[in-house]
Parts: sequence; structure tokens; C-alpha cells
Amino acid sequence: MSSAAAGGPQGCLAQNEWLCGEYLRTRQSELLDATVEHIWITALSIAIALLLALPLAVAARRWRAARAPALAVTTILYTVPSLAMFALLLPVFGLSAAVVVTGLVLYSLTVLVRNILAGLDAVPGEAREAARGMGYGSGRLLFEVELPLALPALLAGVRIATVTAVSLTTVGAIVGYGGLGNLIYDGMESFFKAQVLTASAICVVLAVVADLLLLWLQRALTPWTRARTRKRAVRGPSAPTAASTHDLVGKAG
Amino acid sequence: MGILTDVWTWLTTGSHWTGDGGVLQRLGEHIYLTGVCLLLSCALALPLALWLGHVGRGGALAVNLSNAGRAVPTFAVLVLLSMGPLGRYGDWATIVALVLFALPPLLTNAYTGVREADREVVEAARGMGMTGLQLLRQVELPLALPLIMTGVQTAAVQLVATATLAALPGGGGLGRLITAGFGNYDTPQVVAGALLVAVLALLVERTLTLAERLLDPMRRRPARSPAPT
Repeated sequence: MSSAAAGGPQGCLAQNEWLCGEYLRTRQSELLDATVEHIWITALSIAIALLLALPLAVAARRWRAARAPALAVTTILYTVPSLAMFALLLPVFGLSAAVVVTGLVLYSLTVLVRNILAGLDAVPGEAREAARGMGYGSGRLLFEVELPLALPALLAGVRIATVTAVSLTTVGAIVGYGGLGNLIYDGMESFFKAQVLTASAICVVLAVVADLLLLWLQRALTPWTRARTRKRAVRGPSAPTAASTHDLVGKAG
Repeated sequence: MGILTDVWTWLTTGSHWTGDGGVLQRLGEHIYLTGVCLLLSCALALPLALWLGHVGRGGALAVNLSNAGRAVPTFAVLVLLSMGPLGRYGDWATIVALVLFALPPLLTNAYTGVREADREVVEAARGMGMTGLQLLRQVELPLALPLIMTGVQTAAVQLVATATLAALPGGGGLGRLITAGFGNYDTPQVVAGALLVAVLALLVERTLTLAERLLDPMRRRPARSPAPT
């Protein structure tokens, strides 16, 4: 790295080294722009997916007949590889960020609908009966009893969907809207090692930071789950919760 | 929708299927890559996960590996490996990247499957004097099989997806139809390639779901559960 400090023709940029402080210094604004694009594409996709997933999950719960087809469609969507998903959306939206955002919304929707459904299914019947006995209507029951109790599963879904979306946004480089993926793509074409490694590393950092922020949010919003986890740990291993079961099925690529 | 007709025309044009870089060659490459890497990753991951599950060690690692795998962009790893020293050895950069991303679901599911095999059944088998190996082969493995197969299925779908992305840094497979289409501003080819990839992924998923049902040792023992004691 001493050569990096020296700069000039002998510097790490000229040598095309993997680790290069000079690259970080000279391309700061490019890296920042790519990171900002990466964040808004991911955040927008998760926000839209969440807005769509809630009514879909509630509907799939109310009309039992809609449940099996809804889950089948989401499974099919989730199986489609990301490059194919973006390519299939190309004729609909052209070369635009909408291709990437729509693809990510479809993937996130799958995780969120499944997790919210699992969370709603896990609401104890007694809690529901008690609320009804107290005169709660179905709307109040949903918003004041069922959704709060399904919140841990929902947030677990948001964490999985967010980390997945941060990683899949890079593939958006194929239509020119991949955030840090654009830098990876350009770096690949020009064999620019420092750019590829730096952009990849920032991607991983983004995913980890997003995951930790959401974990913190999850703890802050659902303080009761921590007490329960501690109690369960004393009693010994338990059956996996709905959310952790879904953790076993990953999505990437 | 004029694009649909164009895609149909592309798919029904014989010359797109045969010859160098045609659909059949790319499909063959894709299936070869996916198959070889699935075998390799199963051979690496399953014995390790079964053993770890049997002795009950390394659980945090086996479970967190899946979460870590999710955070690392597949595209970045493919590009990094193809630009590294491995890139000089033809397909090896692609194969290593594919195997790396297939390992987490295999490890996590197989480990969880063995750990969550009914502890009372395992204890009973141990009480009957089964050795560690007998226990693993005759009790834990059959009980863990559904989750192991879920892991294999997830890994296979993942491999089909990663093999598609491998086309970006210049690997083979059906993804090449998509990248070549982008390169020539040939939207019908892009969509046709994407359709073929999607169909292949869905076929792999369906086939392995069926295989899972056929292989499940509990399948032949329907609801006749013994009375609780």
C-alpha cells in the first residue's frame, strides 16, 4: 500500500491492484452516487412490496380459496433467476430503473406474503376470541391484535427481503440501473480490479448495515419476543418458527 | 403485443437453436454446469453437515452461513473470481462461484434436519444399543431426508440462477442468449433467452419436488401412527 500513497505511474491505480487507496480518494463522488442509487432502488422496492404484501396476505387469509394459487404464483416468481426476471420486464418498461424495482418488488413480495401469512396463522385463537369477546370488530381485530402479533414474522421477512434485494440490485447493471452493480459491470469490462473489489465490498457492507438496522427496529418494536426467546432458551430447543423455516430457502442470483 | 410475436418468431427459427452459440449448445452448457456443481457441492456439504448435526457441533456456523450467503452478491463473486487467478483456468472460476453459493442451503438444511430429528426417537435408538454410525444411517438420515431434499432443491434452483449470471463475465450457459441480446439491442432474443432460463429453473424445481416426494421414507407409512405412550 506504500505505492498507493505515492500515486503517479507507479501508483496502485496504474498497477491495477485490488486494494487501492488512491481509487477511494479519486473516485469518491462516483462511489457515493452509485451507493445512493443502490440504496434508493432497494428501499423503494421494499417499500412498494410491503404496501402490496399486507393487503395480499390479509386477502389470502380471508378467502381460503385464494391462498393456494397465491402461494403457487409466488413460488414460481421466486424460482425465476434475476437476470431472466429483469430481461422479461425489459419490453414492458424499456431500459429504466422500473425494470429493476419491479423485479425486486416481485421477489420481496414472495418473502413478505409468506411471512405475513405465517405470522397471522400463528396468532393464538385465544387472543382472537378474547378480542371478539371484548367487542372488537374485524378491522380493529386485524390492526390491534392480529398484525401486532404477526409483527415479528413480518419484520423477519423484511430483513430477508432487504438483504436479498441489496444483493440482487447489482444485477440491475444489465439495464444500467444496478447501483454499485454498475461499477462492478464497468470494472469487469475494463478489467479494473480496485473498482470491482471496492464496489463489491460496499455492497456487502450495505447488506450487513441494513440487516443490523432492521434487527434493531425489530427489537425496538417487539420487546415481548426477546423475553419469550430467553424463556424458550432455558427450556431447550423448540420447533422452528415460521420465519426461521423460511430462512432455510434462500434466493440469490 | 408485437413483442410476443417477435419472441415466438425468434424461438421458432431453427437456426437459433442449432450451431455455434445456439440454444441447444447453451442449454447443454447450462445443464452441465448446474449438474456438475450440484454433485460437487452435495459431495462437499452433505457429509460435513450430517456429521456436524450428528455430533451437534458448529450449529451457529451452519445456520449463519445461509444468512451470510444472502448478503454477498452473486454477480460480484462471479466477476471477482473471473478476474482473479482462477479466471485463467476456463470454467473453473464459474464452477467455484457456483459451488460457493450452493453450499449454504445444503449445509443449513441438512444440519437442521439432523438436529431436529425427533430426539426421543434418537434416544430410543441409542438405548437399543445402536452405534453412532448406525444411528446416523438408520435413524437420523431418514428423519432428516425431507429437509436435506429441500436443501438440494434450493441449491439446484440457485445453481440454475447463478449459472445464468455466469454469462456476464463471459461464462457459458443460457444467460449468454440474454447478454448477447442486450449487446445487439435484440429485445426478442433477450426475452426468448429469459423465457428459456425461467422454464429451465421451474422444471428443475418441479422435478426435485417430485423426487423429494418419491424418496421420502415416511411416505409409505401413512397415518397409522402408534398410540402415544
